[in-house]
Amino acid sequence: MTWETVIGLETHVELATKTKIFCSCTTEFGGAPNTHCCPVCTGMPGTLPVLNEKVLEFAVKTGLALDGNITRHCKFDRKNYFYPDLPKAYQISQLYLPIVRDGKVSIRLESGTEKLIRIHELHMEEDAGKLVHDPWLDQTRCDYNRCGVPLIEIVTEPDFRSAEEVIAYLEKLRSILQYLGVSDCKMQEGSLRCDVNLSVRPAGSVEFGTRTEMKNLNSFKAITKAIAYESRRQIELIEEGKRVIQETRRWDDNKDATFAMRSKENAQDYRYFPEPDIPPLEISDVYLEEIRTQLPEMAEEKLIRYQAEYDLPLYDAQILTGQKALADFFEACVAQGVDAKQAANWIMGQVLGQLSAKGMDAKDMVLAPSTLVRLITLIKDGKLNRNTAVKVFEAIFDTNADVDEYIMSHGLEQVNDPGALAAAVKKVFDVNPQSIEDFKAGKEKAFGFLVGQVMREMKGKADPQAVNRAVREKLNF
Amino acid sequence: MEIFELTALELGAALKKGEVALQDVLSQTQDRIYTCQEENNAFISITKPDLAPTIGDSLLAGVPMALKDNICTKGVKTSCASKILGDFIPPYNASIVEKLIAAGAISMGKLNMDEFAMGSTSETSFYGPVRNPWDLSRVSGGSSGGAAAAVAAGEVWYAIGSDTGGSIRQPAAYCGVTGMKPTYGTVSRYGLIAYASSLDQMGPVARSAADCAAVLDIIQGKDPYDATSLSGCYGNLLSSLSGDVKGLRIGLPTDCFGEGLDPEVRQAVLDVAQVLKSRGAIVEEFSLPIMEYVVPAYYIIACAEASSNLSRFDGVKYGWRAENYEDLTDLYTKTRSEGFGSEVKRRILLGTFVLSTGYYDAYYKKALQVKFIIKTAYDDAFQKYDMLLTPVTPATAPQLGESLSDPLKMYLSDIYTVPLNLAGLPGISIPCGFDSNGMPIGAQLIGPALGDSVILNAAHSYQLETDFHKKTLHRKGGTSA
Amino acid sequence: MKITTEMVDYISALARLQVDEGEKEAVTAELERIVSYMDRLNELDTNEIEALSHVFPIKNIMRPDKIAPSFSRELLLQNSPGGDEEAFLVPKAVD
Repeated sequence: MTWETVIGLETHVELATKTKIFCSCTTEFGGAPNTHCCPVCTGMPGTLPVLNEKVLEFAVKTGLALDGNITRHCKFDRKNYFYPDLPKAYQISQLYLPIVRDGKVSIRLESGTEKLIRIHELHMEEDAGKLVHDPWLDQTRCDYNRCGVPLIEIVTEPDFRSAEEVIAYLEKLRSILQYLGVSDCKMQEGSLRCDVNLSVRPAGSVEFGTRTEMKNLNSFKAITKAIAYESRRQIELIEEGKRVIQETRRWDDNKDATFAMRSKENAQDYRYFPEPDIPPLEISDVYLEEIRTQLPEMAEEKLIRYQAEYDLPLYDAQILTGQKALADFFEACVAQGVDAKQAANWIMGQVLGQLSAKGMDAKDMVLAPSTLVRLITLIKDGKLNRNTAVKVFEAIFDTNADVDEYIMSHGLEQVNDPGALAAAVKKVFDVNPQSIEDFKAGKEKAFGFLVGQVMREMKGKADPQAVNRAVREKLNF
Repeated sequence: MEIFELTALELGAALKKGEVALQDVLSQTQDRIYTCQEENNAFISITKPDLAPTIGDSLLAGVPMALKDNICTKGVKTSCASKILGDFIPPYNASIVEKLIAAGAISMGKLNMDEFAMGSTSETSFYGPVRNPWDLSRVSGGSSGGAAAAVAAGEVWYAIGSDTGGSIRQPAAYCGVTGMKPTYGTVSRYGLIAYASSLDQMGPVARSAADCAAVLDIIQGKDPYDATSLSGCYGNLLSSLSGDVKGLRIGLPTDCFGEGLDPEVRQAVLDVAQVLKSRGAIVEEFSLPIMEYVVPAYYIIACAEASSNLSRFDGVKYGWRAENYEDLTDLYTKTRSEGFGSEVKRRILLGTFVLSTGYYDAYYKKALQVKFIIKTAYDDAFQKYDMLLTPVTPATAPQLGESLSDPLKMYLSDIYTVPLNLAGLPGISIPCGFDSNGMPIGAQLIGPALGDSVILNAAHSYQLETDFHKKTLHRKGGTSA
Repeated sequence: MKITTEMVDYISALARLQVDEGEKEAVTAELERIVSYMDRLNELDTNEIEALSHVFPIKNIMRPDKIAPSFSRELLLQNSPGGDEEAFLVPKAVD
């Protein structure tokens, strides 16, 4: 029998606000334990939540970008459960009236086909704290720095049939969120987290099988492996005549397997009810229009524009728009007057090369667009040759040091003194008569050798075009 | 000058004029508190007051007062009268505490109450019951029993209580003092340890309606830390008290004067109507056919919210922690089972039940719908009337120990006070007589939302005409013979 | 509404409250009495009636996204039973 895997995703995204969702503590990642906290986010008795207006703005923005329906009369609810990462013993979330319903995301698969993934809902909620087991004390330490960091949870319909679709969706979602500027989506810091709901059924069947929910998936690689593992596990169970149990399972990255979590966490009754401390939200037409006009140009729109406006090939446009930080960098360069194709070549070559060599994200790049623009301009003006420029670029990539100062202090400026060049050519020709003979006998390679010798004589600082020209002239060719 | 004969406003004025010295007032007050404490147990913590160097501009600057022990005070133990909070020292002040400090208030300590404000007698306190200064064998009422008893015994000139279902108005009635629950949202709840967030509201207990108005002028106001606090015009209540009730339309809901009401209480409250009528008000009876649903709707909503609000007391972040637990769940369960008293546990179980899967719609949602019906009934009444008049309680203060044996009966005694919390309305309890045992009787004036000045003015008008509110216990020792 | 001891077990576990065997019957009976009294709300027809969670129609109360200094950790931890100078501590709670 052939089996079909059916997958739905619940993605938690930490929003890039300055402060937490219900208090004015910083959302900065890390920090010594319990130093980004106040009475509100540590659940002190008597404290009350007050919603951060940026959280609503980001949620609505995302909802619009996902083509969803914004809930015009929306409320928060309490989700009650006891766990030490939740100091109030309830999470303020949204069950009955989530801010967004019925969105969609279009994904492009390897085969070139497009597929629509339906978004069931998007809601706002607060993040929980971090628990770290202390082996010395054999106790768990509770750090509430992350407590109250704003999250949106995006829930899809069970529309995925493979890991490839899931990854394509997550990459697309990440691009959308980054373009909107609502999240940095760093999986390694937990600002993008994903729970996978998975079931299997005989191909062609319309009914869903019993699903399990997988947690602790911290990378795309883990998601891919976990989907493969879990569908195989379920298929094997059914083929052996056993039943799949509806439960939450934890992915173990070291053992490459999922394990059932303690049964207590599976038997939950969250007793949701409307949060009495937060008045309802009423989304007006005016507010919605205001957010709509703030929506930035998204990747797809840029892709089309780069080809039309800058005459870039599709390939270049795809690479540049693949990450918002790259597209921003590119546009900043072009805005400062450099040729678009030149900028694109540098970004796709040198910039991406350095990023990949250093294992860095484009958005963490220190190098400023103006620095690259200066390098390109110096080449164009004949003040720097391209090889030297690449060396300078590599040298200052991490520091964004001043290009002109660097060139000056390292004596790298191009020498455009015709007298010096003529002297160098003469010297090279004087000591290499054999090469001149070779060239005249038709050995093209000799030309390159002579040019190289002149360049060496000029300590690499001459304009290569000028050297070429001078050697040709001297050879009367 | 016998300072204990003065109202808060009178003492404030005497301090300002230099007729009495602040130091003397404080030492006499402290002596009185220590004496009365032996008898009525109104306080949980008696604190050494921080001395303001000079008497400020505020009308009540320098006047000794006290706070119910569910209001967070930075650096001063706040217990909610519960074992589970242990020696909890809040790291911050409630917003109203900041306002009171700014107005030169001098706190003498923290007042006893029912555990987590759950009760109608102040007997569920971990720190022992509050006794009624008028008769020490009787309860003070609750849950702000310490606030009412301390004001009645003349230990402080005013107190701040909290009212979720009558917890200011009912003990005020039992102890013969004036107590007001203002419109929901007019006093910030930031720093009030929550019982039922949608119903809780703090307010004053004092000797007169004018004193209550002066306190409200200090503590009311929009607070950026409480999203449910209302914006509006504040600070003019005292100056608006004219005592003029000519043409004021007063509705008497017949459903609040029927079966179950003690005849002596009934008569005393009807007499209030007569007094106001003699001063020009128009009094009319009308039907408010929702009264039999207010107690069930109230207890469903209050217990549901309480079950959630009290979940944070788990022995991890603050308060008391059980000993000898095996694991995390055992730590939670032992701490909560041993740390909460039986009435609190009863309400948590009830609240957990009405929110649990399968029962939410039948109980919790249903109660919210009934709340809508109740609110609408009051809205309709205020189309016709400027103010309503009812009893505060069906009877006067019972003997200690009489109420706790039958929780349902105790819940039912809240019938006249709880609908105001469901509808968010202001209500004031004023002393209006004594029963044949010599125990005080209270009448409740109810205003429309944000109609706080209407009922304060009517109460003031009544108090210009009568002297029940002056019959507080001014003898040394604070108790009647 | 009939309340069973199984229901009491279920809700007390949810609420992290222990109801001792000796008192379970009494607690069950008492809850049933109170809940039955609450059942009188069923006399009211509430079809099409709004579930009123917030009594006044205020809405959109929010604060600006502006950082305030965080609180002293010492003060936040000072009441913690069993905590140390850096964190709250609980028995093993990590898988």
